[in-house]
Amino acid sequence: MNPVLSAHNLHKSYAGQKVVDGINISINKGECYGLLGPNGAGKTTTLRLLLGLIEPESGHIGMLGLSVPQHARESRLRVGVVPQVDNLDPDFTVAENLLVYGRYFGMKDSEIEARIPLLLEFANLAHKRDVKIPTLSGGMKRRLTLARALVNDPDIIFLDEPTTGLDPQARHLIWQRLRELTAQGKTLLLTTHFMDEAERLCHRLAILDHGRMVAEDTPRALIAKHIEPQVVEVFGEGVTKWADESAAQYSSRFEVSGETAFCYVEDAQPLLAHLKGYAELRYLYRPANLEDVFLKLTGREMRE
Amino acid sequence: MKSHFFVPPRLSFRFFPIWRRHMLVWRKVAATSIIGHIADPMIYLLGLGYGLGSLLPQMGGTSYMVFLAAGTVCYSTMNSASFEALYSGFSRMHEQRTWEAIMNTPVTLDDVVLAEALWAASKSLMSGTAVLAVAWMLGLTHSALALWLIPLALLIGLCFAAIGLIMTALAPGYDFFMYYFTLVVTPMMLLCGVFFPATQLPPLWQNVSAMLPLTHAVDIARPLMNGVVPPDALLHVAVLLAYASVGFYVSLVLFRRRLSQ
Repeated sequence: MNPVLSAHNLHKSYAGQKVVDGINISINKGECYGLLGPNGAGKTTTLRLLLGLIEPESGHIGMLGLSVPQHARESRLRVGVVPQVDNLDPDFTVAENLLVYGRYFGMKDSEIEARIPLLLEFANLAHKRDVKIPTLSGGMKRRLTLARALVNDPDIIFLDEPTTGLDPQARHLIWQRLRELTAQGKTLLLTTHFMDEAERLCHRLAILDHGRMVAEDTPRALIAKHIEPQVVEVFGEGVTKWADESAAQYSSRFEVSGETAFCYVEDAQPLLAHLKGYAELRYLYRPANLEDVFLKLTGREMRE
Repeated sequence: MKSHFFVPPRLSFRFFPIWRRHMLVWRKVAATSIIGHIADPMIYLLGLGYGLGSLLPQMGGTSYMVFLAAGTVCYSTMNSASFEALYSGFSRMHEQRTWEAIMNTPVTLDDVVLAEALWAASKSLMSGTAVLAVAWMLGLTHSALALWLIPLALLIGLCFAAIGLIMTALAPGYDFFMYYFTLVVTPMMLLCGVFFPATQLPPLWQNVSAMLPLTHAVDIARPLMNGVVPPDALLHVAVLLAYASVGFYVSLVLFRRRLSQ
């Protein structure tokens, strides 16, 4: 199958700093593809390169059969974008935002007007049609931004941290809508630093760090490939001392971060039995998840 | 600076939906805006015109009110375009991220900047027409030639929109615009024959004045207001067009650089 979006050996630097350093991506139709990475990993820059908003120093991009940035404008006719920071028009009502945005795609007013009820229905905003933007909640604004990205019925939708700053209810509604879109055959490319979001939504995902792709696969395969299947998080009084003395003996790998020792194990039983002898220590026993992979590959130190 | 910042402007009719967007925003505050367009020049015309005018003999062969009316059309249009290109343009580019939203569609930066320039010029057209209407109602002009002030307002608007957009492209924040208004707009108002003929200035300043765009605007507007075909009209129009096109190109190069970050 021909990819609908592909990038080959992309490079981009700002002031001598490599922000995107040799990224290759190939996304198929109907796929939800995730870009994960700490702040400053190059996620947003990658999106901007793919959209043709900035020019790469080298590399080739193809979107919907067109070369980018040479034919970025034409390719964006069939693309929708949900940006990281809301940029709805605060002077307009909900419906006016959709109408005005549709015009940028060269759509006729009658065409857009016909789509507005569907879009509002999709965004659960039918009752807010004539309300001004500043009165909407964060979740509503986000849903409207998603609806706005769909005004031209795009084939590919770019979502830059679509649920950042939303409460759990609002986030679940967005997730549900995004799954509906992939079910309709739309291709989604999203960035996030919520691991559960990536694990639930993405068919495949890439982990970026310092502008490079450090891993790429399905969420399950990433976990299977990079991490032991079980994790025991040990915390409580004296955990550091305990970790120094015993953690290595009972786990294949362990890390101490702050007040917690993360013990990665094939079989947790010996460790759990051992921990029964330490009344002051508490623990959480769970299967390994994407966050463990992410922290293993990108490290635990803060990125600012 | 990279070479692709310098490619010639790629202009297209895709600017039009953006212009319509600005128009739709304006329509929501139209009443206030129109009152402003009329009240501000009225206050100047009546205040200075009657107050100062009663002390002055005829100026340039006409009453001071008539003299002032032509200047007022020019500085009003300059102000409208400047405010729009600076404060409102910066808000759309930076605060509200309107440009970012627009450029995610099949519209490019060149279209966005063209829409800004034409919209700011449209605001000038509105304010110039409003002042002309006031002058007409006060009986300061009767000539059909004065109607040429309407397209002239558009041209003056384009000229100052383009220069203003350079400031917007360079501005770190709103405070920056104070420099432009204090050091460029206000001196221009005093040097370019709005309130008194530039020939009253010392020779050095007359030379400076001759290079400023507002002088050329006033040199077209004043004869028209008096029902006379302006001498050297083509030269003055050419100067205004030159300021508009060079200013537009420079601002576009600077916006390309700024937004490539």
